[in-house]
Amino acid sequence: MSEMIDRLLAIGVDLWSWFPADWQTFLLILGKIILILAPLMICVAYITYAERKIIGYMQIRIGPNRVGPRGWLQPIADAMKLLFKEVIIPTRADRFLFLIAPVLSIMPALAAWAVIPFDRGIVLSNVNAGLLYVLALTSIGVYGVIIAGWASNSKYAILSSLRVGAQIVAYEIAMGFALVGVIMASGSLNLGAIVEGQAGGLSSWYIWPLLPLFFVYFISGVAETNRAPFDVAEGESEIVAGFHVEYSGMAFAVFFLAEYANIILISSLTSLMFLGGWLSPFEGLVGADHWLGASNLFWFFAKACVFAFCFLWFRATFPRYRYDQIMRLGWKVFIPVTIVWLFVEAVMVVAQVGPWAA
Amino acid sequence: MTITDFLFFAFATVVIGSALGVVSSKNPVHSVLFLVLTFFSSAAIWLMLEAEFLAIALVLVYVGAVMVLFLFVVMMLDINVAKMREGFVSYLPAGLLFALLMLGVMVWVVGPVGPDVMATAGLDKAVRHAADYSNTEALGEILYTDYVLAFEIAAVILLVAIVAAITLTLRRRPTTKYQTPGKQIQVKRNDRLKIIKSDAEVLK
Repeated sequence: MSEMIDRLLAIGVDLWSWFPADWQTFLLILGKIILILAPLMICVAYITYAERKIIGYMQIRIGPNRVGPRGWLQPIADAMKLLFKEVIIPTRADRFLFLIAPVLSIMPALAAWAVIPFDRGIVLSNVNAGLLYVLALTSIGVYGVIIAGWASNSKYAILSSLRVGAQIVAYEIAMGFALVGVIMASGSLNLGAIVEGQAGGLSSWYIWPLLPLFFVYFISGVAETNRAPFDVAEGESEIVAGFHVEYSGMAFAVFFLAEYANIILISSLTSLMFLGGWLSPFEGLVGADHWLGASNLFWFFAKACVFAFCFLWFRATFPRYRYDQIMRLGWKVFIPVTIVWLFVEAVMVVAQVGPWAA
Repeated sequence: MTITDFLFFAFATVVIGSALGVVSSKNPVHSVLFLVLTFFSSAAIWLMLEAEFLAIALVLVYVGAVMVLFLFVVMMLDINVAKMREGFVSYLPAGLLFALLMLGVMVWVVGPVGPDVMATAGLDKAVRHAADYSNTEALGEILYTDYVLAFEIAAVILLVAIVAAITLTLRRRPTTKYQTPGKQIQVKRNDRLKIIKSDAEVLK
């Protein structure tokens, strides 16, 4: 038996070396991408289940409990249903743009994961300008929504896409400024270096010196993903379902895949930039050989899960913002807050207090 | 052909194709989207030139913000396409003339004829940097030392432009009613609600 496994392994190695070097690199990268995206997609499926369960319990009901044990197969059943539904294209809709809009919406949500480090050195692409790359990609996610609204040839959809356009442009500025604070603190645009800069336990995380920026970033993140209480893009009570009102079947599902992938992305980014990513909060208190003190993937997931839970919690708690108040919060509150705190931070850098103590 | 050559030609083809799409497509929304694609592919080419900061800034600023607003405006326009295309033939000679002039200047500057700009700037001897070379850092270093004055002046000009744009659009008409959210949230129960005690009435 073992002889056979050895022979199979040898054949495998032979096959691998038979590929040209370029192809080997290509296949290796492809393998890594699948290794990141497959678990991500499972997470996305189960965060929808978690959302329905958590909001259910918050509203004193049980939530999905029929499909499979305790309703665990609910996301699979939903996916099956959506796969088999017909994709309807409205009359006089722009056919090509209508169909490409969901793709444009999910593409940046997935591509941004290329630079997210999961643990020390475990990252698909260790880009120097990683933070900028993430910011650039999340900023083009809005095209999917705008194009969907326009191509649907429906007034509700276009109203929604106008709302989204204004909202995302407004909150992106606040988000960018909050990230400038992180860059100033770490002196690097590389996400791995940003996490390493927070080494030294709970007290050296960037959340403490950058507390206002942390709040601005996370709330802007909620607004960027069009989640409640900033979900005027969907606004069921006013514009039916907003930009995806004309979509059905898988085209509709892809928008939701993108939304939940973005939720996980924002949660992960917040934990990387403000809560030290994979670093253990007990660093320095207990030894690195103890499971609590060891910095690993577990801490990264735990922190990201806390934020993902907050997204669901917000949805169950807050009523929807009125549109003019969303604009006011973005332009008149968040942007001034970030600018003021950047000045405070600059003073802290010069005076060498906090993490800048040389 | 190496993989980088292949990528360059692929992106260059997309740039040229989508740039043609910008001027030739009938629907202005399609034109804007073609322009977005042009920017995006140019950013990819810049990335291959090791100018990652500029490439990402192009995507972030132009694709992520400027073009979104552009699309916004174009989507709202009610354009009569047939009327817009009326003057096409009469404008064509002038357009072609300027296109040729531009092409001529570019060939003169970059190409083998005329002053060898590439050689004087040392661009023909550009070397590939190692993987740890950070274009962002290099750009920041030169921008905040050698060119700090020009950089600051540009920043001030932009600030003035922002202030001017806001003052131009900010006008308060006396007839418009505004809400003050600060006052709205300070409302107490007693301002709005009055509880009156009344005796129970018995229906006969």
